[in-house]
Amino acid sequence: MPIPDLAESFVGAVNKVTLGATKEQGGTRTSTITVGGAKNVVYAGSPGDAGEKPVIAMDVLDVKPEDWPDILAEPYGDVLDNPAQWAKKCIDEFGADLICLKFEGIHPDTQDKDAEHAENVTKQILEAVGVPLILWGCGNNEKDNLVMPKVSEAAKGENCLVGTVEEDNYKALTAIALADGHHLITAAPLDINIAKQVNILTSDMGFPLEKIVTFQSTGALGYGIEYAYSIQERQRLAALSGDKMMAMPMICDVGFEAWRAKEAKTVDAPEWGAAQDRGPIWEATTAVCLLQAGADIIRMRHPRAVKAVKNFINQIWK
Amino acid sequence: MALTGLDIFKLLPKTNCKKCGMPTCLAFAMQLAQKKAKLEDCPCVSDEATETLAAAAEPPMRSVKFGTGDSEVQLGQETVMFRHEEKFYSPTIIAVTLSDKLAGDDLKKRIDDINSLKFERIGLHIQANAVAIINESGSDDSFANAAAAVNDSSDLAIILCSDSPSAMAAAVAKTAAAVPLIASASADNADDMAKIAKENNCPIVAKADSIEALAELTEKIKAQGVNDIVLNLDGKALQELLFSLSQLRVLSLKKVFRPLGFPTMSFVTDTDTDAQVTSATSLICKYSGIVVIDTTDHAAVLTMLTVIMNVYSDPQKPIQVDPKVYAIGEPNENSPVIFTTNFSLTYYTVESDVESSRVPAYIIVVDTEGTSVLTAYSGDKLNEKVVADAIAKYGVEDMVKHRKLIIPGYVAVMSGKLEEATGWEILVGPRESSMLPKYLQEVWK
Repeated sequence: MPIPDLAESFVGAVNKVTLGATKEQGGTRTSTITVGGAKNVVYAGSPGDAGEKPVIAMDVLDVKPEDWPDILAEPYGDVLDNPAQWAKKCIDEFGADLICLKFEGIHPDTQDKDAEHAENVTKQILEAVGVPLILWGCGNNEKDNLVMPKVSEAAKGENCLVGTVEEDNYKALTAIALADGHHLITAAPLDINIAKQVNILTSDMGFPLEKIVTFQSTGALGYGIEYAYSIQERQRLAALSGDKMMAMPMICDVGFEAWRAKEAKTVDAPEWGAAQDRGPIWEATTAVCLLQAGADIIRMRHPRAVKAVKNFINQIWK
Repeated sequence: MALTGLDIFKLLPKTNCKKCGMPTCLAFAMQLAQKKAKLEDCPCVSDEATETLAAAAEPPMRSVKFGTGDSEVQLGQETVMFRHEEKFYSPTIIAVTLSDKLAGDDLKKRIDDINSLKFERIGLHIQANAVAIINESGSDDSFANAAAAVNDSSDLAIILCSDSPSAMAAAVAKTAAAVPLIASASADNADDMAKIAKENNCPIVAKADSIEALAELTEKIKAQGVNDIVLNLDGKALQELLFSLSQLRVLSLKKVFRPLGFPTMSFVTDTDTDAQVTSATSLICKYSGIVVIDTTDHAAVLTMLTVIMNVYSDPQKPIQVDPKVYAIGEPNENSPVIFTTNFSLTYYTVESDVESSRVPAYIIVVDTEGTSVLTAYSGDKLNEKVVADAIAKYGVEDMVKHRKLIIPGYVAVMSGKLEEATGWEILVGPRESSMLPKYLQEVWK
């Protein structure tokens, strides 16, 4: 029986973004990573329209995490107070595609570490691993504006992905990322209009749109994931319709959010299944769910969850 | 596809007889198109017009039900590709396999395991809804016995999976009253299977290895007088399955291609539990009406059910909790009093953090029409009056001796007015609910 033709052509596509700079490109990375490029919505058209394979960035914190549940900390053994070893383990043993260095320790409410500390950790990690880096501030605007420009400078020429810039705090980091040859993460609090506005603001400063990755904020499974899910789907549709201000690849912060969930971190709840399975499954599922909505880069934490998500990705993007 | 007023007009007698109460047939047609009139109001309408209009009024994706009473489940009738357009209509049904090779205690244990997949989440009940009995034994009797055993000791809906019409007939004979879903009819056995479905008034699964073959198969089944059909693409690896499910969705919803205007069922074939969860997650998000899994691991199934809960939630209408005072632990007259909004996600996050503080407390949930603290405040759904009214209405002054109210850190700016309106001392709590345990343990003291 003849089936109606479904061929649908879109005028736009998601931008392709390449992170990392090798020696020839003026950096010291041993490999680069390209994401984005989707030409249709998820699973529509042919597999060739799905763009580049989504990648997993494993989190490395600049200081030893204080509040990680045992089940999350356990696979890391004794490297959690050594960011360089930690990063190396993520790449060599856990199969991370890249590293997201999250500067938790510079936040005034945690250890209030200074810029020198942040620069040192950045350099150590650049030395320890050859993959591209994501450099992510602590979320306190004042402190990030003091520290992140120094971090950017310490990784100058490495073509990192640095962030985040927001609607009311974008100038300092945008300027320095531009000067140091990095890509930029624009962030919005689950609001697609603000998301577009931040892209407009940074591009008004001369930052190239094709070097931006968007962060729409992430909700964990069971804790608002549907908001992130729909905004990501809408961003993809906007990109396909030709909206250049929304044609960026997307990053999600899955590890942090998933491990805040009661279901992931509560140990004593046998009716929910074994605790050692629950956290990794909750994290993996949050990630896979957001992949259905078009995520390109996923920040993750538990190696078992990373393995499960990579296994999924490898079945879909061949 | 919906007909326009002019399309309908062409089907009417065009006599302008006014018997329908309208001045002209055209006016009546326009009313019909807007669903403001019923075709029955026209006494002269032809059978052909009735048929055409009825067919056009059919939803693009048919609604299919199986099971009975409380265990009845419904799938299909979806209208959109993306959940931001409109709420997805029928939450995915999770079915768990049961092999008919099991007998005795093993069979009983499997049924018990499947029955136990029930959970409470943010005040809602979620569960695996169906048992998919698989005719692995090849024996008609074993299949029928397993079906009878499930029917006796489970209140879940039943899916009977066999390629053998004789096995199917035997199992349906034992379970017909429970309205099982017959899985499956394929090109080889479609007539026999459809006959069983027709005689027992059961819906049926059409199984084929391509979209084209499925379209032919459903026409064959419909010709036997069975219209409640579920589609199953057989033998596809996950990538191809997901792309095909998206095509099926577009064909039924956008192209209104009737041979494929049915909901779908998919089998998760991974053996590893983590892989079952990730595969099931993608099938839930991307358009499988029934997802059949093998695992009874509670962590795995709770996770899948939460995906369904989230993806099928109404994007226009947030889930809400009843506005009232909730007692966490066993609070007394000296316990802290906290307020938050009735957006269910907000409330349950606060509840869970108060619980983990192990400090018994009262949470006043004020009615903000299901919006979160900041959204409610900026929309003036949360102000000093709303909070003061809630304190009065729920009799909070009789619950505690003190007059101290902990408010969300994000609305610290309310403090002054709130103190005036309530006469209570206002304590500004943390911005993030996750800091509540620390706050209650260290600051409240």
